[in-house]
Formats: sequence, structure tokens, C-alpha cells
Amino acid sequence: MKKGIAALVAASTIFGAAAATADESAELTINGEIDIVTKTAAPAHLSDALDEVLSGWRFRSDQTQEMQMDDFDNPGMLGVEAGIEVWNTVDGSKGKSCADCHGEPEEMAGVKAVYPKWNDQAEQVFTLQMATNNCRENAMGAEPWKYDASDAINIEALLSSVSRGMPVNVAIDGPAEAMWEQGKELYYTRTGQLEMSCANCHEDNYGNMIRADHLSQGQINGFPTYRLKNTKLNGVHSRFKGCVRDTRAHTYSPGSEEFIALELYVASRGNGLSVEGPSVRN
Amino acid sequence: MKRTTIALCTLLSAGLGAAQAETVAPTAIAFEEGAVAQSLTGVAGNAEEGAKVVSAKSQGNCVACHEITDLADVPFHGEVGPMLDGAGDRWSEAELRGILVDAKMTFDESMMPSFYKTEGFIRLGKAYTGKAHEGDVEPLLSAQQIEDVVAYLMTLKD
Ligand code: HEC
Ligand code: HEC
Ligand code: HEC
Repeated sequence: MKKGIAALVAASTIFGAAAATADESAELTINGEIDIVTKTAAPAHLSDALDEVLSGWRFRSDQTQEMQMDDFDNPGMLGVEAGIEVWNTVDGSKGKSCADCHGEPEEMAGVKAVYPKWNDQAEQVFTLQMATNNCRENAMGAEPWKYDASDAINIEALLSSVSRGMPVNVAIDGPAEAMWEQGKELYYTRTGQLEMSCANCHEDNYGNMIRADHLSQGQINGFPTYRLKNTKLNGVHSRFKGCVRDTRAHTYSPGSEEFIALELYVASRGNGLSVEGPSVRN
Repeated sequence: MKRTTIALCTLLSAGLGAAQAETVAPTAIAFEEGAVAQSLTGVAGNAEEGAKVVSAKSQGNCVACHEITDLADVPFHGEVGPMLDGAGDRWSEAELRGILVDAKMTFDESMMPSFYKTEGFIRLGKAYTGKAHEGDVEPLLSAQQIEDVVAYLMTLKD
């Protein structure tokens, strides 16, 4: 940890003039103890497109990178705290809290790493938010949360935080395969009046500036992300929506089948990176 | 200086009315190996206006992807496309017009948007609202804006 900061300080002195540029070779350790893989070999299914996969953390400025190195400096951890509160709160007609069935949040370690995931009972791909709402409706007799609403995001941040450092390992074969293919199709479709696909920006041009933005690979291992721009935790689907809107396209909605498919596909592009959320981004 | 600009503007807008009838529609463009020989309006482009279109986020926003030394005052030039210094040497006016109208006719599957095109989009939105588009489609730039940008690019000589 100390070493990491010293290196960072040295780097920012050398590149002091260009404070906004990222140190793409920096390494991330959180709280001096959780090692985060932010760069690794691309998963096999992606090997004809990319050699390596990189977390969005690598593309952020030194200051933004630093905010994620200590939970006290990470504003996203406030969402995790709010999530713990919700976790322990009884809700719904059956008088239960998440904790009643699942125990401590730490017992959910590893869950976030494998989502989105096929659910046998529902016979569909579940995102983490869908799995949570499934429990709210069926196990608790409570109203489902709106997609990417604050309680939903805070619980997702909590479940992510207890999986930090574990490798993303989303299954793309078996019953999930059809949806994965759908997501892949969407990833490469050029939408809107600007006719751009996710791949145009995040596969062909990561590392390049597009006006004032430093393009990353658009990975989602860091979600939910606390964005300095809107000072709150952001869900994956809301981020997708913003990017699609920026192609001057008619977007899909958070929670839609298209975005579930896209989340599954984009998550699988990050297989091997560490779960990192809640992360800090600009 | 100011007076000449104003005089020029009056001249231009007077000319515009007469030229309107001759404006080539986005659906009626004749490409020849990517190039478009015929002016879209018949009115000579204004390089100064063109520079504004190239810089403005709400118009061409070309600097989002291209660096141009001549426009160093404009903040944040991108690096997605090649630097445009010397574009007026590398390309003819007709070729530049073609690249602007529809870059994909010159560069296969280019990421560069087609600035004078109104058809063939997937999930066309209403500008940057994220909502579905309704009604007639306006191209990203008007015919005269295209001519202005071409005139500006022709001034970029090494
Ligand atoms: C009455 C018991 C009960 C309550 C209350 C409950 N759950 Fe569950 N939850 C379960 C059971 C049982 C499963 C396993 C179901 C399955 O795998 O299909 C599960 C599965 C999950 C999963 C998926 C785990 C995995 O490994 O795939 C998540 C995420 C989850 N619950 C979150 C929550 C949250 C968040 C709450 C509170 C808002 C909550 N649960 C409340 C019983 C409960
Ligand atoms: C016009 C360019 C452009 C297109 C097209 C685009 N994005 Fe983005 N995207 C950006 C920019 C700029 C950012 C912010 C900087 C960054 O992280 O790359 C961003 C950020 C993201 C992030 C956040 C990454 C992080 O670590 O916080 C994700 C995820 C993402 N995009 C996914 C997508 C997906 C999926 C698509 C297609 C549906 C898409 N983007 C299309 C420009 C684009
Ligand atoms: C989203 C990115 C993007 C935007 C916006 C964009 N371009 Fe391009 N442009 C490119 C790329 C990429 C190329 C390289 C050709 C290729 O291989 O696709 C290019 C090529 C060109 C070329 C030929 C390059 C040379 O000099 O040899 C010119 C001229 C050009 N663009 C002008 C413009 C103008 C003028 C605008 C704005 C009205 C603009 N571009 C907007 C991406 C863009």
C-alpha cells in the first residue's frame, strides 16, 4: 500500500503537467489488503478481438484512481453502508429481512462474480438485481425495486463489495448461451444517427481520447460505479443507456431484455478481471 | 475587417435564397469512388463558418476525433481519427465533400459519422434525448455547412 502511494506520487511528479492523464500501468490494492486484477489475458471467447482486458480504473486520473485505494476515500462505500442497513431491515408481508435467510453479507462472497447467471427455476438469465427482486417478491412478500433505483443499487454495491478481488467468472454456455449471443449482437450493432457500436469506442479505440474523455474498454467489473460527474452510484444499465444515447439513438430501458443480454455479454468480456465495485470513476 | 464580414454575410444570405432550389438532397448524392464533385448548394463555402462547425460540440464536433493545429485554441482534440493538418493537400475538394457527406463511401466501415445522410439508421433517436425519432430526418449538417467545412479543410495546407 505505502509502496503503491509512493510510486503514485513519483509518477504524478514526473507527469505533473498532464495531471488528467491516466497511469495505465498502475496497480490497484484496496485498503492495503485486497489485490485487484485490473489487467489480464482476454478470455478465450474474446481472443480474436483483444489480447488483454483492462479495468476502467486504469484509464482514470491519478486522483480518481487513488480514491478507490482506501474505503474511507471511496464515496461509493456510503452506498454499501446504506445497503447494510437495508440488508438488516424487515420488509414485506412475510416479516423477513435479507439477513434472516442469508446471514451476514459476507456469506454472499462470490455471488456477484458469477452474475448475470441462468436461474433454473425462473428459466431465464438473472442479473443480481433480478435475483434480489425475486427474493423480495417471493421470499419476503415485498414490492420489487425499480431497476437501478437507490435501494437496488446499494444492495448491489454491498454484494459487490464482499466479492472484491474475486475473479469475474460469468458462464456463457449452456442455457445462457442464446442470451449471450443476443448481447454480442447488440455490442457490435452500430446504432443511432452517429452509427456507432460499443466496439467502435471500447474495442477499437480504448486508450484514445474522444474529445475530453479517455476511452476505456467499457468493462463492468467495477459496477456499481460512483461517478464524480453525478455524485452517486450508477448501475450498469443506466451506464449502457447513456452510451447508447450518445450515439443519437433510441435507447433501451434499464431492466429490458436487451440490456440484460448486453450485461451478460459485457460481463463475460471481463472474465478474469477482479470484482471491483463499488468503484470510483469520473 | 468587421465590415467585410458583415458584407459577406449579407451576400451569402442573399445568395442562399436563390440557391435553395438547387440544394442537392441527401438521398440524391452522386458518389464517384467516394468523391462528390458537385457543390451541394452552388454557393461557395465560407471557411470561417466551416471552422466554427468543425469546433462546435453541437455541430460537426470534428475535433472530438481529430486534432487540428490551426484550432489549437479550441479545448480537447481527440485522437480517434487522423490529424487533419494538411488535409487540403492530401485530398481534392470533391474527395473532402465525399468524406463529409458519407465517410463510409471512402473508408470501408469507418467510425466517422455520415454527416449528410438521412436514411438507413438503426434505432434512430431524437438528437441526444434517448427517445425515438419522429418525423422527417435532418442530416447532422446542412448542405451549406458541408460546403463551409469543405472550404475550411481546403485551407489546411502543409
Ligand atoms: C425467506 C428467505 C429469503 C429472504 C428473506 C431473502 N432471500 Fe435471497 N435467497 C433465498 C433463497 C432460498 C435463495 C436461493 C434461490 C435460488 O438459488 O434459486 C436466494 C438467493 C438469493 C440470491 C442469488 C444467490 C446466488 O448464489 O445465485 C441473491 C443475490 C439474494 N438471494 C439476495 C437477497 C436479498 C438482497 C434479500 C433481501 C432484500 C434476500 N435475498 C432475501 C432466500 C431468501
Ligand atoms: C461514442 C463513444 C461511445 C460508444 C459508442 C459507447 N461508449 Fe461506453 N463510454 C464512452 C465514454 C467516453 C465513457 C467514459 C470513459 C470510459 O470509461 O471509457 C464510456 C464508459 C462506459 C462504461 C463505464 C466503464 C467504467 O469502468 O466505468 C461502460 C460499462 C460502457 N461505456 C459500456 C458501453 C457499451 C456496452 C456500449 C454500447 C452499447 C458503449 N459503451 C458505447 C463512450 C462510448
Ligand atoms: C467519431 C469519430 C469521427 C468524427 C466525429 C469525425 N471523424 Fe473524420 N475520420 C474519423 C476516422 C476514424 C477517420 C479515418 C478514416 C477511417 O479509416 O475510417 C477519419 C477521416 C477523416 C478525413 C480523412 C483523413 C485524412 O486527412 O487523411 C477527413 C478529411 C475527416 N475525417 C474530416 C472530418 C470532419 C471535417 C469531421 C466533422 C465534420 C469529422 N471528420 C468527424 C473519425 C471521425
